[in-house]
Amino acid sequence: MALAKRIIPCLDVDNGRVVKGVNFVGIRDAGDPVEVARRYNTEGADEICMLDITATHENRDTMVHTVEAIAGEVFIPLTIGGGIRELEDIRRMLNAGADKVSINSAAVFRPEFVKEASQKFGAQCIVVAIDAKNVGPEKWEIFTHGGRKETGIDAIEWAIKMESFGAGEILLTSMDRDGTKNGFDNDLTRRISDAVNIPVIASGGVGTLDHLTDGVKEGGADAVLAASIFHFQEYTIQEAKETMRSAGIEMRV
Amino acid sequence: MTSRSVAVIDYGMGNLHSAAKALQHVSPETKVIVSANKDEILECDHVIVPGVGAIRDCMGEIKRLGIDAVISQAIKTKPVMGICIGMQTMLNFSEENDGVHCMGIFEGEVRYFGTDLRDEQGEHLKVPHMGWNNVYQREDHPIWNNIADGERFYFVHSYYVELANQAQSIGSCTYGHPFDAVVARDNIVATQFHPEKSADAGLQLLKNFLDWDGGLS
Repeated sequence: MALAKRIIPCLDVDNGRVVKGVNFVGIRDAGDPVEVARRYNTEGADEICMLDITATHENRDTMVHTVEAIAGEVFIPLTIGGGIRELEDIRRMLNAGADKVSINSAAVFRPEFVKEASQKFGAQCIVVAIDAKNVGPEKWEIFTHGGRKETGIDAIEWAIKMESFGAGEILLTSMDRDGTKNGFDNDLTRRISDAVNIPVIASGGVGTLDHLTDGVKEGGADAVLAASIFHFQEYTIQEAKETMRSAGIEMRV
Repeated sequence: MTSRSVAVIDYGMGNLHSAAKALQHVSPETKVIVSANKDEILECDHVIVPGVGAIRDCMGEIKRLGIDAVISQAIKTKPVMGICIGMQTMLNFSEENDGVHCMGIFEGEVRYFGTDLRDEQGEHLKVPHMGWNNVYQREDHPIWNNIADGERFYFVHSYYVELANQAQSIGSCTYGHPFDAVVARDNIVATQFHPEKSADAGLQLLKNFLDWDGGLS
């Protein structure tokens, strides 16, 4: 027995509502992030990730209330991302009951922000989100603004730099695979996982349960993140765990 | 006996609200306070020493706020539980931050997992040890009531506890090598994992703590 690989369902939230159409049977209000989080907890999710997709100033208070509500009844780790730009944003989310925050474009604009955040709150709660695109053979670069804006930064060098700046974990999304259901970019995941000593969460492209297994076995991911396959009840988290365990992966079931 | 009141000691080190919320959840009738105030803490009949972050800052704040004196008072009279860094502050010494002297409630040291940690198959293990791992019960204790041996709990840490007196190690976990995941003596217990983030098993453990009189009554 050993440390288990983690399955992390991800909710995209806009102004207090789950978007990208969650379609659950047996849930009263499928747009309520608290109900959805409760459901995932019951199914055995190892953590929950919630991304504020618009992250406007007005939405911020709504997000804080949502985090408070989830943290009051779901007792597994909760990561909040989207619009985390200042130390004050982190403090508010942690005080509301989040365990980790995910920093994305703010790290690209000003890498020292990651250092300051890690020193102030501890590396264990600082996740750096990396959105990467393949730009040539064995070469990936960081993109911001949902994959629209290139930065010219090499993804592997960036991951190493973020670890040295105090990131506690990396949430790695392949912008090429995101939404395709063709599976993770396992080459990218493997390259980054081997380059750093902190855990790497693979994200982007899950369409089948075998894709989750591949993310761990081929990509070397420590955790796998998925949204739509769980939201639409194509598969439950329990089924995902059974499949991965049958493939010889250590899971919490 | 269920606790009527529990204090989560607030020495300014991060997210204490999760622990408070989990305690309130398992025992709605219990008064849960988050406090750095000596009198408020000592009025409660159970005390939790939580914590996240680095040991030098933790011990610095504990001393600056006089929390060490509050804890040494509390352990004479009531059940006390340390969580994660809160557990590590209870050892003699930690290797973190070039070495920090801690409260010495348990004999032993806190050591770094290292950068070349490997499992039995020789696979490289990442540090921090982050996620759900099995905890094996080495000794009977009220804290284990209704919890299966080998149950998984949620860990996040880069340093681990090594007790001098292994009879005080009541729960063991393995990451590269075995380490002391739950320690206990008299009316004091401490866990390296986060029970407040460990789903049903963690909630059960917190409930067991609130139901425990520490053998003092």
